[in-house]
Amino acid sequence: MTSSDSIRMEKLSYTIGGRRILEDFDFSLERGVNRTILGISGAGKTTILKLLLGLLQPDAGRVCIGDVCITGVPESDFMELRKRIAIVFQGGALFDSMTVGENVGYRLFEEGRLSQVEIEQIIREKLSFVGVEPALDLYPAELSGGMKKRVAIARALAADPDYIFFDEPTTGLDPIGVYNICNLMQRLQAEGKTTLMVTHDLETAFRTSQRFTFLHQARMIFEGTQEEMRESRLPEVQQFLRPTVESLFV
Amino acid sequence: MSISVIDKKMLHFFNDLQEYFFLAGRSLLRMFRRPFYYREFAIQFDKLGFSSLFICILTGLFTGMVMALQALIQLKPFAATSYVGGMVAATMIKELGPVLASLMVAGRVGSAITAELGTMVVTEQVDAMRVEGTDIIQRLVVPRMKAMLLAMPLLTVVTDLISLVGGYIMSAGYGINPTMYIKGLPQFMVFQDLIEGLVKPVFFGMIITLTGCYIGLNTRGGAEGVGNAAKQAVVLSSVLILMSDFFITKVFVVFR
Repeated sequence: MTSSDSIRMEKLSYTIGGRRILEDFDFSLERGVNRTILGISGAGKTTILKLLLGLLQPDAGRVCIGDVCITGVPESDFMELRKRIAIVFQGGALFDSMTVGENVGYRLFEEGRLSQVEIEQIIREKLSFVGVEPALDLYPAELSGGMKKRVAIARALAADPDYIFFDEPTTGLDPIGVYNICNLMQRLQAEGKTTLMVTHDLETAFRTSQRFTFLHQARMIFEGTQEEMRESRLPEVQQFLRPTVESLFV
Repeated sequence: MSISVIDKKMLHFFNDLQEYFFLAGRSLLRMFRRPFYYREFAIQFDKLGFSSLFICILTGLFTGMVMALQALIQLKPFAATSYVGGMVAATMIKELGPVLASLMVAGRVGSAITAELGTMVVTEQVDAMRVEGTDIIQRLVVPRMKAMLLAMPLLTVVTDLISLVGGYIMSAGYGINPTMYIKGLPQFMVFQDLIEGLVKPVFFGMIITLTGCYIGLNTRGGAEGVGNAAKQAVVLSSVLILMSDFFITKVFVVFR
């Protein structure tokens, strides 16, 4: 494995409104190793994804995609690199004013390299992959929560990225919706995509990832496999895995 | 209020001011750069410009009528009612037409721009666009700016023309015939006044768009944040319109 096959955070610190979100945070996502970042709500999980994508700039430390560090670099200079990564936002973040088809083909239309017919073919292919092809001409407001997430996955897949980030992909979904999303993630992994998920949903995490990072009070306090996590003696990790009634009131 | 609080507020203010001018500069530069987003421009021209037409017609009509009414009351004791057309034209074309039309559009369009962009920010649509490789200023700000730069002078011309019609409707009630009214229109004006009346709305259109976009793109905190941002955009763009009106007028007076 070379550094060009990974996305890294080195000694990263990030503060917002006087509150420290991350401190001296080291993290690496290697190609082919599907990871989940766990932590309670508000721990800074989504912030990590935004920092990895260069949507936020850290106070200290750096983020590197492959051999290139993107921290402090104008966004226009790493657009090409960022095309290797796609993200499925928590609420889907579908563009309200566009149809499902236009949402999925957004990047391809923007790039303008392919013909209309080719783009439409890719759109249908991706929508069919996630199982929402009949929704092609609908607007996001006409979709259910689960469908929105599946369309967001189709949009993420349209440009054929190497890495796909998922921000709480199963939050707010019914059990069937959760099952469908997990299934989709496993199919993506089988196709060679590397996934990074942030969630507090343990069931989804254990079904779709090999390695886990646990975030607590702005720091990474655990990194390892599912077995290592279950055997961890860290009280924060144990409390997260098996919350007791007492701990809920602490 | 302690010195540190004042210091923090000043820092915040100047940072906002700097970012506002950066946004203005970047938007102006990108207006001439590809991609041009013609479809988005057409949509925005319709949404921001064409749909503000009715409100501008109403504003022009009633302002013209009230201007004529006030002028007639003042002029009648001096038997100078024939000057009413000229007074309405000079006031409306140079000053009230651009300012009132812009204030109405600021209320209607400025808040709409802020609410739309603010919602896109809080629902992470703007982040999604950035990840998809889109230049946010080029995609979201520039088409709105172009639409407003074209629409605002046109709306002002409509407001001015309708106000003259409104002025005539009022004057007719006081026995002034159409020929006298129309002949009187240019008597207090020079050609430069027409230019002034068209330059002002261009600046005001830019202020409305930039303020709406700047506040919209910096919206924080969900639905409440969007509401506050929309309110802030209307207040700020209205104040900026009135302030810049003074300075633009001053420049025209100097070069008269």
